Amino acid sequence: MATVLERVTKVIVDRLGVEENEVKLEASFTGDLGADSLDVVELVMELEDEFDMEISDEDAEGMATVGDAVSYIEKKQA
Amino acid sequence: MSDLTGKTAIITGASRGIGAEIAKRFAEAGANVVVNYSGSQQKAEAVVEAIKQNGGEAIAVKANVADAEAVKAMVEETMAAFGSVDILVNNAGITRDNLMMRMKDDEWDDVINTNLKGVFVCTKAVTRQMMKQRSGRIVNIASIVGVMGNAGQANYVASKAGVIGLTKTTARELASRGITANAVAPGFITTDMTDQLNEDIQKSMMSQIPLGRFGKPEEVAKAALFLASDEASYMTGQTLHLDGGMVM
Repeated sequence: MATVLERVTKVIVDRLGVEENEVKLEASFTGDLGADSLDVVELVMELEDEFDMEISDEDAEGMATVGDAVSYIEKKQA
Repeated sequence: MSDLTGKTAIITGASRGIGAEIAKRFAEAGANVVVNYSGSQQKAEAVVEAIKQNGGEAIAVKANVADAEAVKAMVEETMAAFGSVDILVNNAGITRDNLMMRMKDDEWDDVINTNLKGVFVCTKAVTRQMMKQRSGRIVNIASIVGVMGNAGQANYVASKAGVIGLTKTTARELASRGITANAVAPGFITTDMTDQLNEDIQKSMMSQIPLGRFGKPEEVAKAALFLASDEASYMTGQTLHLDGGMVM
């Protein structure tokens, strides 16, 4: 079973077309990974599908980095 | 000939008038049609029945377009029935005409809610699916008075001018995902809504129409069909005037 980080990484690599090694916990979606605001919205949509959960707009706005997303999902799954 | 075979289209306010005509025309072009209505259930079901008798696919779905929860449920019902949402026609609209001096807050709010907020709510609700599909067509039914203004219709005019602006923003925000948004601005089209206008207004409007006649719902439907089809693939953010030449 893949870890949350591995699954999040795969979604990011597929969506943003970045290399796997660029997807670090501290990497910010817009600053480091080249996402525009619409990409971030789509990313959140795909994370919702991948992890079968709803992420509210308020929560989504608080996700700036890969680590934010991973810890949010881990907390919600716990 | 514009072909919509295999596409699914949600038409808001499709129980009568221009919306009903668009629903029928799109079904003829091969689309699965969702006939949205707010109050007129029987009329909506009659539109569905007419489409089915003609060999088309359609369902009627009740939802107030300004109610985000109801609209979300409509999109889910559409996905369950047809498996995609390719086209949204924001057609639902109402009038509560009055001189601005006499216009009540309620009259203003009702019209802005249905005509403008409704477009926002419905567009937002289909965007998720269209973004995933990497394609989509949004066609907003505005009005020529949204371009030229009209005494006695401050609320309606403001809502329709708002729709034209919203169309441009939708076009810009979603272009990179293969979604286009265009508007149709009909002039004086013969429907239940315009039949309510008194004779003096009808006469004075006629004098402003170079083509010398009122338009027909099917003439608007044809333009909407064009904008919803692949024929309009390089067009986004535009407003087509269908007004017999009133504004040029």
